[in-house]
Amino acid sequence: MSSSIQGARSGSTANSLRAPSFRLGERIVIGLLFGAAAISVGVTIAIVISLFAPLPGFFEYVNPWDFLTGTLWAPSFADASFGVLPLVAGTLQVVFYAMLVGIPLGLGAAIYLSEYAGNGVRKIVKPILEVLEGLPTVATGLFAVFWLKPWIQESTPFLEWTSPFSIGVAGLTVGIITIPLIASVSDDAMRAVPMALREGAYALGATKMRVALKVVLPAAISGIVASFVLGASRAIGETMVVLLVAGGGSPQLKIGFTEPAGAMTAFIASRATGEIATGTIDYYSIFAVGALLFLMTLIMNMIAIRFVNKFREVYD
Amino acid sequence: MENNNKVAGNEVFSLSNMSVHYGESLAVDGVNLPIYENEITAMIGPSGCGKSTVLRSLNRMNDLIPGAKVGGQVLYHGQDMYGPEVDPVQVRKLIGMVFQKPNPFPKSIYDNVAFGPQTLGMKGDMDEIVEGALKKAALWDDVKDRLKDNAFGMSGGQQQRLCIARAIAVKPDVILMDEPCSALDPISTFKIEDLMMELKKDYTIVIVTHNMQQAARVADRTAFFTVDTERGEGSRVGQLVEFDETSKIFSNPADSRTLDYVTGKFG
Amino acid sequence: MSQGIPKRASGAAMAAAAVTQNIYKGANNKALVGGIMFRLLLLSALGIAMIAILAVIAWALVEGAARVNVGLFVNNPSSFRPEEAGYRPAILGTVQLIAGVILLIVPLGVGAATYLELFADRTRWYNRLIELNIQNLAGVPSIVFGILGLAFIVRGVFDLGFVVAAGSATIAILVLPTVILASREAIRAVPSSLLDGAMALGATRLQAVRKMVLPSAAPGMLTGVILAVARAIGEAAPLLLVGAATFVTFDPNFWQDGYSALPVMIYNYAGRPQEEFHTLAAAGVLVMLVVLFFINSIAVWLRARYERTW
Repeated sequence: MSSSIQGARSGSTANSLRAPSFRLGERIVIGLLFGAAAISVGVTIAIVISLFAPLPGFFEYVNPWDFLTGTLWAPSFADASFGVLPLVAGTLQVVFYAMLVGIPLGLGAAIYLSEYAGNGVRKIVKPILEVLEGLPTVATGLFAVFWLKPWIQESTPFLEWTSPFSIGVAGLTVGIITIPLIASVSDDAMRAVPMALREGAYALGATKMRVALKVVLPAAISGIVASFVLGASRAIGETMVVLLVAGGGSPQLKIGFTEPAGAMTAFIASRATGEIATGTIDYYSIFAVGALLFLMTLIMNMIAIRFVNKFREVYD
Repeated sequence: MENNNKVAGNEVFSLSNMSVHYGESLAVDGVNLPIYENEITAMIGPSGCGKSTVLRSLNRMNDLIPGAKVGGQVLYHGQDMYGPEVDPVQVRKLIGMVFQKPNPFPKSIYDNVAFGPQTLGMKGDMDEIVEGALKKAALWDDVKDRLKDNAFGMSGGQQQRLCIARAIAVKPDVILMDEPCSALDPISTFKIEDLMMELKKDYTIVIVTHNMQQAARVADRTAFFTVDTERGEGSRVGQLVEFDETSKIFSNPADSRTLDYVTGKFG
Repeated sequence: MSQGIPKRASGAAMAAAAVTQNIYKGANNKALVGGIMFRLLLLSALGIAMIAILAVIAWALVEGAARVNVGLFVNNPSSFRPEEAGYRPAILGTVQLIAGVILLIVPLGVGAATYLELFADRTRWYNRLIELNIQNLAGVPSIVFGILGLAFIVRGVFDLGFVVAAGSATIAILVLPTVILASREAIRAVPSSLLDGAMALGATRLQAVRKMVLPSAAPGMLTGVILAVARAIGEAAPLLLVGAATFVTFDPNFWQDGYSALPVMIYNYAGRPQEEFHTLAAAGVLVMLVVLFFINSIAVWLRARYERTW
C-alpha cells in the first residue's frame, strides 16, 4: 500500500469529512422545536406563580391554620369567614360518589376490553368510550340536572330531598365521566401483562374468569391503582357538572347524598363569574382555593405517573 | 484460485483497536481491520458477534442509537472518522448504506432516487441523475415506464435494488450493505450479487452477511467475527477472529474457530 | 387417549373414563355459569357507558330539538324574551376562539412532539423534566388553567384584558398536552427505517424529519389536533374566569373586550329560572353535539383512511 497516495487523498476535498457549512438555519429550527417543548415547563411555572403569588396577600387577612381547619366558608358575609373545609368536604364527597361508579364500571370495561373483546369489538367499544370522554361537561351536567336528578329523586322517596341541588347526584355523574379514563389506563396496564403469564394459567386448566381475576389483575395492579388515582384526580378537578348539579353550596360543612354542597372547583367558577375587584380578599380567596386544588391534584398525578411508569418498566 | 495474492489497493478504512459500547455494555472490542478500495469486503460470523455494529460505525449510523460510543481508531482515507471536526452528515454523504430490510420511502420510484440528490442540493439534470442511478442498479429496464408509481408496489428484490440506486444517486465513495439479501428470494439475491460485482469497479463495498456462500461468491476479502467466550459469564463481546482473502478464509483459515464456522460445525 | 383404555374395555369402564376425561362443554356447569355471569357483569359496565351517552343525546333532542331554528343561530341573546333569544355572539365567539386555539396548538404541539420524539436526548435531565411536566400538565384541572389565564393572560404579564385572544390562549394551553401526546404517538408509528434511510443518504436529521417522518406522521397529528379542537369547543370552566361569562349582545372582536362562547352561554341560559331558557340551553347543547359529532367523524375517517400498516 502506498502511503503517499493515501496522504494525497486525505487532503483532497472530495473525501473531506468536515461540515460544508455551520447549518445555522437548522440549529435555529431545532432551537425553536426545543422552545415549543420547553414552553410546557414555562406553563407550569406560570401556574405556580399565578396561584401562589397572591397567597401572602390572602394570609395577611386569614390565618393559614384557620383557612385549613375552619368549617365556615362565607367570603361575602359581613363577618367574612374563610374556613375551607366545607369546600374540601364537598370535593371529597364528589370523589367518593364518583369512585363508587367509576371504579367498578371503569375496571369492568377494562377487563372486558383486555381479556374478552376481540379486535373487532375493541374497534367499536374504544370509540364509544372516547365519545363519552369527549362529551362536553356542560351537556352532561345539564342532563343530570334536568333528567337524572329528578329520576333519582323519584326512585328514592325514602331519601330526604329538600334542595334542587345534590352533591350525590353530582358525584355519580362525575363518576360516569371518569369511566373512560379509568378504563383506558387499566386496559393499557392489563394488556401490558405478558401473554405467557396467561398461557401458564390456562395450561393449568384455569377458566377465563380466573385468569382475568387471579393472574392478570394482580400482575397489572400498579397500573390499575394508577387509573383509580387518575380518575379521582379527574373527579376533584371537574367543575361544570359539580357547579350545575351540586350548586354553589352552603357555607356550612354538610355531608349527605341529597345535600347541596360547594366543591372547590365550583366555588372558583362561581366566584370568578361575578364582578370581583382585583386585590380584595374575595379575589385572593380564589387563588387560595385554587392553590389547594392544584396541590391535591398534583400529588395524585405524581403518584399515578409513578405507578404507571412502574408497570411500564416491569413489562417493557 | 485466481484471487490468490491480490494486490491490495488504497486503504479506504483502517480500523485499529476499535471498540463499540452501548451504554455500559461492550458490544465489540479490539477490531483491527483494513478495507481496500474497489473491493468487496465481507463480514461474517454468528449472530451477536458485532459485525453489524462494526458496519454501522463505518458511516456513523451508530450515532443514532442513544448511548453508542466508538473507541479506538477508525480512519477513513487517513482521516479520523470520530475526530472532533468530523461532521456525521458529511460522512453519510460519502459512505452510503443499504439496510437488511428494503426500506423505500413512501414515495414514487423517481422520488425515491431523487430524494438524496435533491436534499443534498446536487447540481445537474435530475432526470439524468435518476436514470443513471437506476441503470447502474440494473433496475432501469424494469421501471422506466412506471417511474411515478409508488415504490411499495415493487417486489422485494426490486425494492432493495431501488435502495441501492438511491444510495448510488448521491455519488458515494463507499456502499455499506447490512445483510442486504436476508429478506429476499434466491433469484433476487443472485441479481443483487451480480450487481455488487458490477458496482465494485466504481465503489468500495462492505457487506455483512449471514450467508457464507454469499461471502464466498462475491467478496474479495472476508473478516470473520465471533463472540468472545473467554470474558466470563453473561458477557457477549464480539471480536474479530481473522481477516484475509476470501479464498483463504474458506479453504485454509489460520484460526480453528474460523474453520469450525465455515465448515458448519457451529454458528 | 385411546391407548389409555384397554381394547376390550367394558362399557362401565368407558363410561367412567368419559366422566373424568370429559372435554366437552358442560363438564363444569358451575364454572360455566360463573363465567357467563362475569362476562355479563363486564358488559353491563360498557352498557352503562353507552346508555349515558345516549341519555345525554336524548335529553338534548327531546328538550331542545323543537327550539332549533334560524333564530337560534342569528339572534342575539335576550334576558327577557327567551323565545327570541339566540346564540349569535356565542357562536361567533367560539369560532374565533377555536381559530386562535388552532393557530397556537399546531406549531407548539407539533414542534414539541417533534423535539421530544426525534431530537431530545433522553439522558439529559431537562428533557426528562419536560416529559414529566407534560404528563403532569395533562392532569391539571381545567379550572386551574382558568386561574392561570386570569392572572397571566387577562391581567399580569400579557394584560390582554377580557378578550377572545385571552380565551384562545387559555384553552390552547389547556389542550396542548393532549396535542403533544397524540402527535408523539403519530411520530412513533412511523418506522425508524424511514429516518435511517434518509440519514444514510447524507440528509441531516432535520431534513430527514421534515421530508420523511413528518409527512408520514401528518394524518395522525391532524387527528390529534382535531380531537383537541373538539375538546376545546366544549370547554366551559376556564372560560368563566377569562371573560366569556359576560352577557354580550354584540359580535365579538378577537382583540376587543367582551365576548362569549357557546358552552358558557348555554350554562348562562340554563341558570335562569324560566323554563323557556332551559329549552334554549338544551337547543344549544344539541347544536354543540352535532358540531362535535361532525368533527369526531372527520377524525375517525382520517384515522381509517391513513392508517398504514408498515
